[in-house]
Amino acid sequence: MSRADVAPVEAPAGPPTRAHGAFGRLLASELRLVLGRRRNLVLLAGLALVPVLIGTVVLVTQDTAVGAGGPPFLDRVTGNGLFLVLTALVACLPLLLPLVMGIVAGDAVAGEAQAGTLRYLLLVPVPRTRLLVAKALAVLVFAACTVLAIALSGLVTGAAYFGVGDVTLLSGDTVPMAEGLLRTAGIVAYVGLSLTGLGAVGLFFSTLTEVPVAAMAATVVVAVVSGVLDALPQLSAVHGALLTHHWLDVGELLRTQVDLGVLGQGLAVQAAWAAVFGALAWSRFTTADVSS
Amino acid sequence: MRSVPSTTSGAPGHDLAVRTRGLTKRFRSGQVAVDGVDLEVPRGAVYGFLGPNGSGKTTTLRMVLGLVAPTSGTATLLGEPMPGAGPRVLPRVGALVEGPGFHPYLSGRANLERLDAVDATADPRTRERRTAAALDRVGLAPAARKPFRQYSLGMKQRLGLAAALLRPRDLLVLDEPTNGLDPQGTREVRHLLRELADAGTTVLVSSHLLGEVEQVCSHVGVMSRGRLLVQGPPHELAADAETTVVVTTTVACVDGAGRLLADLGLTDVRVEGTVLTARLGLVAPEKISAAMVGAGLDLVGLEVRRPSLESLFVELTGEGFDVAR
Repeated sequence: MSRADVAPVEAPAGPPTRAHGAFGRLLASELRLVLGRRRNLVLLAGLALVPVLIGTVVLVTQDTAVGAGGPPFLDRVTGNGLFLVLTALVACLPLLLPLVMGIVAGDAVAGEAQAGTLRYLLLVPVPRTRLLVAKALAVLVFAACTVLAIALSGLVTGAAYFGVGDVTLLSGDTVPMAEGLLRTAGIVAYVGLSLTGLGAVGLFFSTLTEVPVAAMAATVVVAVVSGVLDALPQLSAVHGALLTHHWLDVGELLRTQVDLGVLGQGLAVQAAWAAVFGALAWSRFTTADVSS
Repeated sequence: MRSVPSTTSGAPGHDLAVRTRGLTKRFRSGQVAVDGVDLEVPRGAVYGFLGPNGSGKTTTLRMVLGLVAPTSGTATLLGEPMPGAGPRVLPRVGALVEGPGFHPYLSGRANLERLDAVDATADPRTRERRTAAALDRVGLAPAARKPFRQYSLGMKQRLGLAAALLRPRDLLVLDEPTNGLDPQGTREVRHLLRELADAGTTVLVSSHLLGEVEQVCSHVGVMSRGRLLVQGPPHELAADAETTVVVTTTVACVDGAGRLLADLGLTDVRVEGTVLTARLGLVAPEKISAAMVGAGLDLVGLEVRRPSLESLFVELTGEGFDVAR
């Protein structure tokens, strides 16, 4: 080719070097995206309203004919506001928490693909593995936020409505309030960690499609189906491995002698689901054609 | 298929900003979107990558950039093999692929800042300045704080260009950059391309509209149905055998002129009244006038008709330019 008719070639800029703290900036950017999004903030606010709603109902109906009964631990709320945290978390576990996890995890990759931002992230370039890890961590942080939103709202509402004090355990023993708070913190942590498996499932679905709603719905379906299978006694052999089977083991933290083995089993199942679906998400995402 | 003029004969591969060999993509549906493409974009060139909608341009660019894995064949970007060299090479490449993609609820500026924040090689201290400069360069500074979803189609396209210009680049890959722009915006993009090329940036720009890139390109390549039909500098392509000459003479001299043109080596001579047309081939037009005068033949008019790129493309692709596959 004749070189006369093209502009002179600029000296190469040299190989670009990685700046320090690059992954930290990527993660911070992901968190800003997830936690700064109005839809997600509305979800958090909605979850925070659940304990307020339950607390108000209990407050209004206490000492009336309809005041008795209800889900586990509800009858204890009037005696000690701390129980509102547990009651609200247990109330949100079957559907609301899976729904929120489905929305955020299902949106993580598919949402970027639909908006067309995924290809530009990869062209920056953000290495695919690093992007997926940042997405997964952001999902986990959001899971923690959802549980904390319920817990803090429950704590404040419960304290305001019913006061907090020494905690009466399932056996009838009473422990001081400080220990009660510690056990409540354990409950919050267990529920939060119980969502990791579902988060990984959602992330995997999110790598399969460019339609975020599909990934969200599929994730919720997994949680619901897991609950349905868990209710079939014929399948008791596999119940232990189900995603949702150990979720309500959280009550263990209210026994006088907490059996860490029971809790560990639940967390191990979550870790297994997270590992399997995290690996599936990784193998899919690092090899998929990005043609959206 | 016409033979591809060898514009880079003898040029070693590292003189090429983009080079593909036998690049092929067969989708799972069995459709072959890209079929054995040997793309050669010399460094410093403005390469117009042309072809009808659906001819495989975007898929080719996606493979060059490492977004899509080729079924077979190889691609090198700035001398390094893709997709393996992506982390090293892509920071030096600005790209706009198949339209802009941004978060609708973030402002234009916040979108650019996110792209810069996730760039491991970008300096966070200069982010604000570079973001502002990129927005300014595409005329978006007044709308920097508006959410992306409120942008018009043209503004979205400009933001895509701004993202490609966030940092100094050695290569810009722009897929249909003038989509959605009004004529004024199209002129501005052309101006921008010329400015960038003058500064030494290699530009690979795809378009299904010939007119908008013809004026700025030093090289063109034409795709149709997944194949690269021809590539090279436009004047070389146009100088191909299809150039015709139209000679007007008088009734008395028509027969003599016809023989003279054939003797000179022109082919396909046709006579219509006093007007003769023939394929020029490699004959210099001035030879014709000199020979006519030398033979005492009347020469009333002499016109050389170089095929426009447009007609060349219609001929090559065998279809109108906007026809989808």
